[in-house]
Amino acid sequence: MKYLAEYRNLEETKKVLNEIHKITKHEWNIMEICGGQTHGLVKNGILELLPEKVRMIHGPGCPVCVTPLNLIDKAIDLLEKGVIVCSFGDMIRVPGSKKSLLEAKALGGDLRILYSPLEAVTIAKENPEKEVVFFAVGFETTAPANALSVLHAEKEGVANYSILASHVLVPPAMEAILDDEFCTIDAFLGAGHVCAIMGTEEYEPLVKKYKIPIVVTGFEPLDLVQGIYMAVKQLEENRVELENQYSRIVTKEGNIAAKNVINQVFEIGTREWRGIGEIPNSGYVIKAKYKKYDAEAKFDISHIKVLENSECIAGEILRGIKKPIECAQFGKACNPTNPLGAPMVSSEGACAAYYHFSII
Amino acid sequence: MGKIGDIGFETIHLGHGSGGELTRKLLDSIIFKTFSNSFLDQKHDGSIVEFDKKIAISTDSFVITPIFFKGGNIGSLAVHGTVNDVAMCGAIPKYLSLAFIIEEGLKVSDFIKIVQSIKKAADESGVLIITGDTKVVERGKGDQIFINTTGFGEMHPKANISVNNIKEGDKIVINGNIAQHGMAIMSEREGLEFESTIESDSTNLNYLVADLLDKFGDKIKMFRDPTRGGLGTVLYEIANDISKGVTLKEINIPLEKQVSAACEMLGLDPLYVANEGIFIVVIDPDIEDEVLKLMRNHQKGKNTAVIGEFTNEHPNKVVMESLIGGKRIVSPLMGEQLPRIC
Repeated sequence: MKYLAEYRNLEETKKVLNEIHKITKHEWNIMEICGGQTHGLVKNGILELLPEKVRMIHGPGCPVCVTPLNLIDKAIDLLEKGVIVCSFGDMIRVPGSKKSLLEAKALGGDLRILYSPLEAVTIAKENPEKEVVFFAVGFETTAPANALSVLHAEKEGVANYSILASHVLVPPAMEAILDDEFCTIDAFLGAGHVCAIMGTEEYEPLVKKYKIPIVVTGFEPLDLVQGIYMAVKQLEENRVELENQYSRIVTKEGNIAAKNVINQVFEIGTREWRGIGEIPNSGYVIKAKYKKYDAEAKFDISHIKVLENSECIAGEILRGIKKPIECAQFGKACNPTNPLGAPMVSSEGACAAYYHFSII
Repeated sequence: MGKIGDIGFETIHLGHGSGGELTRKLLDSIIFKTFSNSFLDQKHDGSIVEFDKKIAISTDSFVITPIFFKGGNIGSLAVHGTVNDVAMCGAIPKYLSLAFIIEEGLKVSDFIKIVQSIKKAADESGVLIITGDTKVVERGKGDQIFINTTGFGEMHPKANISVNNIKEGDKIVINGNIAQHGMAIMSEREGLEFESTIESDSTNLNYLVADLLDKFGDKIKMFRDPTRGGLGTVLYEIANDISKGVTLKEINIPLEKQVSAACEMLGLDPLYVANEGIFIVVIDPDIEDEVLKLMRNHQKGKNTAVIGEFTNEHPNKVVMESLIGGKRIVSPLMGEQLPRIC
């Protein structure tokens, strides 16, 4: 695959790593926003190849991890009411307050694992006597496809389709992290795929306001080390800029067609983040015009409210305050078979990355 | 004798498993006609066979969806899976039992296709079907067809297969590209269909195993076929069974480009994807070159590679050097591998 082999090139990656070692003079904390980047760093063993002075802090960019517990319970409730619930794969093992979607499926729920929400609309068409709900979670990356499914359902006159939406946005999460009095982050690696949709321009105000370098970065080993190199170089040279390492995918204005689709269906509103709490203007909510496709409006599930497991420190993990191995439950009471929280079972969760790949 | 499959029905009914006339007709016109041999032709409740050596026995049930896939079907798989498990014990597979659980409504033409694949795979593997069973369950109580096979094989006279023979420095050799079978199945699964030409690697490995034992005897420490759970899980299990460590080099693990791309797209790790025509063999390092030569010259081992070795460092852990020289552990697969969000 073009752009994969090149970005896994051993020699090139080593060269950049050497350069990072050469230019690093001071201690720096760099947060990679996206869980995909966390996995790339751990799985490729990059963390141990970096200078000791460069400390990577893992960010909140795991869509599964930040989906509130309430919402998982709501999806399970729908499943138990006989609704066909469709979901992305990595959502289904995440524990709700009593069980996961996977366990609810084993008890007879009709759960379908899909790659595309458009397939859920097809399932709704094929099962007119049933209600079909797509569990629409994610950051800006998955929002266009989820919005498109609503537009598609409307165009095709599919009335038995709706989405259970929990869309969150990256910039407000970064602000929440930067506003925290204990924040020690010196620079960010921006989430490449989120920026592929949204562009880089919405990060410029953050760079200015917080005087913090942001390097929009990809996911392959060479991408990651290049992104880190660019961030360290800025910090060592005392520059504060928005840079784009992932320019083969990401432009300043982003994917305009995708943004239009998002804006047709969603508007910005308050969202709850698992482990972090409510953040104003931090996510997408469905516009009034499309309320009939909003599962929370369509079904009687608004009363479902549950408390987080107090033993799980997912909130601190997601804000980069603690590393997975600093959690007393890591690998003991909490493991992929019996997770206390989402970061242990999500494919982008920091705890899962450490559990499965880290040699530490 | 009419042609195979002339049973007067287009689909299988509950009656075909009743033990009565319909069952007899199904067996006579499909099963006995296809598999005819001196054991089966006695039409007894079971078969009596003679062995004068130690024997290896292995059983497996096959419940795959879809039942037809690129590179095989549930029938060929049911033969290869069990033949290979017997071979992995260091034995020469000889006989198979064959039991069907059929959901009513299965097309007779599909059943015949499956039975013919079983026959072809059994012939290619040099095994006879010597006993069997056919049950039919109500619609909704099965998933088209389930198959169970049990294999019996005579131990190879030179085999001395045991994980306990593995020593530090022993090499881990694999006979070809990983993750083919799992990705072929994945590409045809409902809701995940994507276009590819990836074929299952399902095949019998018994002749290659026998060649290795003929030539190298007890310098072969063990065989294992990484089916469900994939290469990663099998290596983790072995390391833990004998409290040794395994070091792997990612760059040496054979992986076809298209399969790698499909794994990439679905967010799956090829180390945990199922294989059906792949095995690892653990060998004394002295015979590495000769083993590579033998295996690469065999039809089932063209892409053979040395992927790692055993070590006394980091016991119970599989540590893989990544393409860029970093290190990661390889943990066992937990539950099913699930497709990811983005």
